[in-house]
Amino acid sequence: MTDRSKFIIENLNAYWSDVQVLRSININIVSNKILGIIGPSGSGKTVFLRTLNRLNDLVPEIRIDGRILLDGKDIYDPDVDPVELRKKIGIVFALPIPLPASIHDNVIYGPSLSGIRNRHKLDELVEKSLKSAFLWDEVRDRLTTSAMRLSGGQQQRLCLARILAMEPDVIMLDEPCSGLDPISTSQIESALTELKKEYTIILVTNNTKQAARVADNTAFFLMNEMIEYGPTDVIFTVPRDKRTIDYITGRFG
Amino acid sequence: MIIRPKYTQVLAVSLLVLATLATLAILVFIIVFVLGKGLPNINAEFLFSNPEDMGRAGGIFPTIVGTVALTLTAICIATPFGVGTAVFLTEYTRESRITRIIRFGADCLAGIPSIIFGLFGFIFFVTYLRMGWSILSGSLTLAFMILPTIIRTSEEAIKSVPYSYREVSFSLGATLWQTVYKVVLPNALPGILTGVMLSVGRSIGETAAIIFTAGSSLRTPHSLFDSVRTMSVHFYILAREGLSNEKAYATATVLIVSILMINLSSYWLMNRFILRKTK
Repeated sequence: MTDRSKFIIENLNAYWSDVQVLRSININIVSNKILGIIGPSGSGKTVFLRTLNRLNDLVPEIRIDGRILLDGKDIYDPDVDPVELRKKIGIVFALPIPLPASIHDNVIYGPSLSGIRNRHKLDELVEKSLKSAFLWDEVRDRLTTSAMRLSGGQQQRLCLARILAMEPDVIMLDEPCSGLDPISTSQIESALTELKKEYTIILVTNNTKQAARVADNTAFFLMNEMIEYGPTDVIFTVPRDKRTIDYITGRFG
Repeated sequence: MIIRPKYTQVLAVSLLVLATLATLAILVFIIVFVLGKGLPNINAEFLFSNPEDMGRAGGIFPTIVGTVALTLTAICIATPFGVGTAVFLTEYTRESRITRIIRFGADCLAGIPSIIFGLFGFIFFVTYLRMGWSILSGSLTLAFMILPTIIRTSEEAIKSVPYSYREVSFSLGATLWQTVYKVVLPNALPGILTGVMLSVGRSIGETAAIIFTAGSSLRTPHSLFDSVRTMSVHFYILAREGLSNEKAYATATVLIVSILMINLSSYWLMNRFILRKTK
């Protein structure tokens, strides 16, 4: 692979109290590609994502070691501010979580934290982000209504738009379609395929077919370890590890 | 002997209904009794003129002003401290021995009889700090009294804000304070307001602590350093000294009606607030 690396992760271990939840993960995450992470529940996918934007810092029981380089800089260096880091790495959670406020206010939450007050600039951001998340046409004439009144699929796209408005480098999605119908799912997938031109995307999914559809590279996690990592077509056609074959053919997991 | 489930069901329902009816009946009886004796004596003159002859004649205007001034000042002092403490305990510390001690302290404070607060306020504010009998002494004492209620209700309100909201806020690059200010407090506001309204009710109804600290002057106050008499204190003095039963019940009626109105308007405010967020 001659592509540029966004993240270089070296020998990453994570522990929840005394239990090891990630075992020496080594992976290069390539810029402007979609990385699919597949694996059964409890295999460490979510913990892995949350180490990348230091969201695990909020959980005192979690301890990590190893190195995570973002554009060559270790994100756990003492001089890195986790608040600034999280502005560069957006995350969409499994369940859509709109804040109880209007659609407009949800989208501008991130930028307004950074002190952007200019009405014109904010309105522009709202339109651009909602368009990129394939939601603009459905909500353009009711931006001031509560985000709680949107459907589940719309809420999840709103969460995506909310991240896009921060203008991040990386977009991480943690099983974003687990609660969504096939149409909403395909809307999210179309958005992602469009977005990888500008962003690096990490997509954790329980749905192996989804990874096969949209991911450029795929990593397979099992029992807190990364079993296999490679281009998606290789992983899904000629995987090296027997456990990968078993998982993607549905023999367990 | 075996009692059939069908009968126990009927028995339980009748007892529960009875308990509810008895509670309601007592409440209605008290209100009707007081209003019945008080309403005929209330008119614009009673509300807006000064008392004469120790309260045997005239109105209660200064005591209305006194009640409002004392309660508002107490709430304005206690709310920032109470909400601040609650935010600190829930968001800025992890559950530990110290937070448990603070919470235990607040609970003890809530259980202390108001007369003790009155005595403390008299010794500390009135005498030692030389504030005299004044709105300031009285409202500081009231603030101490209602602080535990505000802390505990705010804490519960803050805890009931889903953790996921905080996580979303952090993940979008918010600091802890931005999260508290933009997400936690707005969503906890209805609960916090409930605590504040409870405290308003308690302040309006308080007598023991106030006689010791705010005095019982019948003049309309002009500054925070003037002594005042609240409606509750006025009622107490009218009834105890046997000055005028009619005026006492009329005062009680004004008290009850204003508390009712405050509760109703706060419910209305809260509903509007919640509707606006979800509509």
